[in-house]
Amino acid sequence: MRFGIVVFPGSNCERDCYHVVDAVLDSPVRYLWHADADLSGVDCVILPGGFSYGDYLRPGAIARFARIMRAVEEHAARGGLVLGICNGFQILLEAGLLPGAMLRNRSLKFQCQDVFVRVETADTAFTSMCRPGQILRLPIKHGDGNYHADPRDLAARAKVVFRYCDADGRVVPEANPNGSMDGIAGLANLAGNVVGLMPHPEVCAEPELGGTDGLVLLASALRYWEER
Amino acid sequence: MSKQAAWEAVGLTEEEYERCRRLLGREPNHLELGMFGLMWSEHCSYKTSKVHLRKLPTAGPRVLQGPGENAGVIDLGEDLALVFKIESHNHPSAIEPFQGAATGVGGILRDVFAMGAYPIAILDSLRFGEPDGRSRYLLGGVVAGIGWYGNCFGCPTVGGEVYFEPAYAGNPLVNAMCLGLVRHEEIIRGRAEGPGNPVLLVGAPTGRDGIHGASLLASREFDEQAEERRPSVQVGDPFRGKLLLEACLEARATGLLVGVNDLGAAGLASACSETASRAGTGMEIDLDRVSRREPGMSAYEVMLSESQERMLLVVKPGGEDVVAGIFARWGLEAAVIGRVTSDGIIRVREAGKVVAEVPARALTGEAPTYMRPEHEPAYLTATRSFAPERLPDLEPAESGRILRQLLAAGNLSSREWIWRQYDHLVGANTVLRPGSDAAVLRVKGRPLGIAVSVDGNGRYCYLDPRQGGALAVAEAARNVAVSGARPVALTNCLNFGNPERPEIMWQFREVVEGMAEACQVLGTPVTGGNVSFYNETLGENIYPTPVVGMVGLLEDIALATAQGFRAAGDHIVLLGLTGNDLGGSEYLKLVHGVVGGLPPHLDLEEERRVQELCLEAIGAGLIRSAHDCSDGGLAVALLESAFTAAPGAHGFEVDLACVPARKAVLRRDCLLFGETPSRIVLTVRPQHLEALLKLARRHRVAASRLGEVRQARVTMRHGDDFWVDEPTAELEAVWRGALACTAEGTA
Amino acid sequence: MRWEARVLVRLKAGVLDPQGAATRSALESLGFSGVEEVRVGKLVELAFQAPNREEAELRLAQMCHKLLANPVIEVFEYALDAGREGSGCGLA
Repeated sequence: MRFGIVVFPGSNCERDCYHVVDAVLDSPVRYLWHADADLSGVDCVILPGGFSYGDYLRPGAIARFARIMRAVEEHAARGGLVLGICNGFQILLEAGLLPGAMLRNRSLKFQCQDVFVRVETADTAFTSMCRPGQILRLPIKHGDGNYHADPRDLAARAKVVFRYCDADGRVVPEANPNGSMDGIAGLANLAGNVVGLMPHPEVCAEPELGGTDGLVLLASALRYWEER
Repeated sequence: MSKQAAWEAVGLTEEEYERCRRLLGREPNHLELGMFGLMWSEHCSYKTSKVHLRKLPTAGPRVLQGPGENAGVIDLGEDLALVFKIESHNHPSAIEPFQGAATGVGGILRDVFAMGAYPIAILDSLRFGEPDGRSRYLLGGVVAGIGWYGNCFGCPTVGGEVYFEPAYAGNPLVNAMCLGLVRHEEIIRGRAEGPGNPVLLVGAPTGRDGIHGASLLASREFDEQAEERRPSVQVGDPFRGKLLLEACLEARATGLLVGVNDLGAAGLASACSETASRAGTGMEIDLDRVSRREPGMSAYEVMLSESQERMLLVVKPGGEDVVAGIFARWGLEAAVIGRVTSDGIIRVREAGKVVAEVPARALTGEAPTYMRPEHEPAYLTATRSFAPERLPDLEPAESGRILRQLLAAGNLSSREWIWRQYDHLVGANTVLRPGSDAAVLRVKGRPLGIAVSVDGNGRYCYLDPRQGGALAVAEAARNVAVSGARPVALTNCLNFGNPERPEIMWQFREVVEGMAEACQVLGTPVTGGNVSFYNETLGENIYPTPVVGMVGLLEDIALATAQGFRAAGDHIVLLGLTGNDLGGSEYLKLVHGVVGGLPPHLDLEEERRVQELCLEAIGAGLIRSAHDCSDGGLAVALLESAFTAAPGAHGFEVDLACVPARKAVLRRDCLLFGETPSRIVLTVRPQHLEALLKLARRHRVAASRLGEVRQARVTMRHGDDFWVDEPTAELEAVWRGALACTAEGTA
Repeated sequence: MRWEARVLVRLKAGVLDPQGAATRSALESLGFSGVEEVRVGKLVELAFQAPNREEAELRLAQMCHKLLANPVIEVFEYALDAGREGSGCGLA
């Protein structure tokens, strides 16, 4: 499977994503420039974290109009894999590939910390190797992760993939780092090929960085692609 | 404007004005005088500090670039090098904390990537008044500003320090350090080599930001009018800063760049004269080609603007279009504004006319240097004569209560509220995160690790500047060593009051000489840094505050050692002798309300031996955790190791009677809270205890087993006398929550 | 011809506004008691060319729908005026 990582002006996790796919997963990977028109034949598109266009106006609001996003939308519609991490998730929401929107964190502060998330469904490309209820420890680092959606719209267009939880898997207010609705940390479209999440699996995929729970997302994608 | 008013308006004295007239051989015009004023300001010229800074050792086997460039560079082996520097942004932050701190981070990032390096880490050293009222507002603004710039730019903020002392109430300190990685052959210097080469100004358009801002603010005392100068504070744009980084590194990869310089204080005037002066060349620039943000800017404003996110590039002939194309692709301006000349003159044109013509060297190398008068401050007589040993000793029954008081103190409580607001993970290199003695970063594709710590105790320097300077170097080195890294070099930021006062000059010289001595003994040269004078508000001077940014190397990243306990049953060993050192301590300040006495005694040879021992023990795989014993003493060090422990290791039991003593009788308060340096708390598996103690004997370092790691309870006893015995969680809650409560005003 | 617009973007009623809540409690702590609600929005000022008011209004509405406001969480309203040629935004 060939991975492509989109570089918007202001992306800042693209090198970290590249490193994990290349050095840890040992899979082919290339960068995709925001102004390009096509995906150069990649199978899995990663929209990385960062502050595309400075997060000016609203996170993701300007990036969604980048030229490459039309190709990403078509790719998603064809069943191609798309993973949006943090700012990438925000872009997916602004682009309408996933329902809802992000508000500022309840604390009004940027939060960088490890959190626990509970896998709510294994029925997506990026959680196919998980079991429902599995708890992952992943880092978050964002200022706008307070997810909000109309519940009917959410139910009609997406499924919840990850919820913030405590170490024992309970979704409780104390374990919610940003005020996100129903503790939502990640979503998938109904087909399961498009996933967005606030935590950063790419900085949590090697033992020397203190954890490897993030690796399961990309490993799932590889297996999903092989078995498709 | 009279002539006198003209030179005073740009901060020059009459003698300095005469000097620039002599150098030019004529009267300087308005623009030339402005250029001299800024370039000869204390901030840009180091005219007061230079004579003393020469005492610092700057050479060493690993040093590839010492002071005088955008940043220092050390060799990491094979083809890799590490670029790093620390800088102050105190005065802008005092006026507008958010933008002041943000642009401080932006500036130090640019210094590092101007050298061709990719920034891998930021650290910050902060000082505020006691956190209430305006100081609380400053704390919130500074932390948010640092986070905003670093997080958006995508460089992790991996460490730092903060102290709260009334001495900083009117004049907070914001020092930012940045480190970057570069291959040897890709290092670029700020040199305008090659007459005829085109000169490009790239990045943001030029506006009226900060005319006479950073440089003059930082070269004068603070007064009530400071608020009115608010418009002269620059505004940062981390988004554009990130684009500038990407474009500069892409341009570097073409091999077309000859020299690169950041535009910071004194803007174009500084970048042009510095680069030309370093290369022994001159430069002609045409202001009509400078892209501007607003209409109607004068030549003076364009030359001296401190607009952020700009760089000056010197490019190989014919390379300008390729380079400009790269910047355009990143949405950035790039204009050829002139060329390098061979006559050594900075010649500025506007509308076809020459509007300034000044030898580059006159602006840089010919700045005056001063040997200012100095005098020992009178307050020292009183602080030295204070004898802490005459205070009543701590009653054991009081230990728990006082421990809580210390754990909740601004200078000792957890800093998590701050570093949680910083992305400390981006880059995927952070092996030891904030909250240990030093941050440790891996170098992808190598076994190598880099440890870094910033330290400086202003109170120690206030009580004995020479000793304080040495202690700052020693502690920074120790923090790096306990993390498993050999300290190799440092950058320093010297924050002082008004140098025109002899007392401040005396403090400055003493601190620099103390640091120089410690650098010599510990083998850590200084590769550059920054001096910030005039940290004074309405006659109130800050504590003399040198901040040391120490860099260390681990041959094997697997040796990275954190401060947190690892497993119940591990033995706790204290290295180093404990003395009756209460002078200058947190305990003395908090419990007895005294800032007095002499700071703790430092024996540099002993310090070196303790660090060597620690490094050898870590290298031999004996050590499970290691923690420097500093502010708050042994009790606080042990508790910090428990609070940051792995699950199931959140407690300990120690017998304080086992602490190796320098004096026959140790006071109880000194045992618990004394701040004797050159001490390290280690833990080892039981089977490694003997090997460690044997190693200690070989290094002639006192070492003693104090007790062992437990699960959830803290027990500190002296023989059979129990001083503290309670659940760790209760003490931890105090320590962890204190700063958030203070900072958010929910206390 | 030149048009000048002010677009006011606000969070929808019912969407939690953490910034507004924090501002309210800050006002309380400064002694401004009785502040019942604070909502923080944003003001976008723009100047643009359009042949007539009808066209200008249409373009402005499109700009709001497409980019300036996110309909999931925000509502917008605007004021549109004929502007002076060559002036700045002229809206301050």
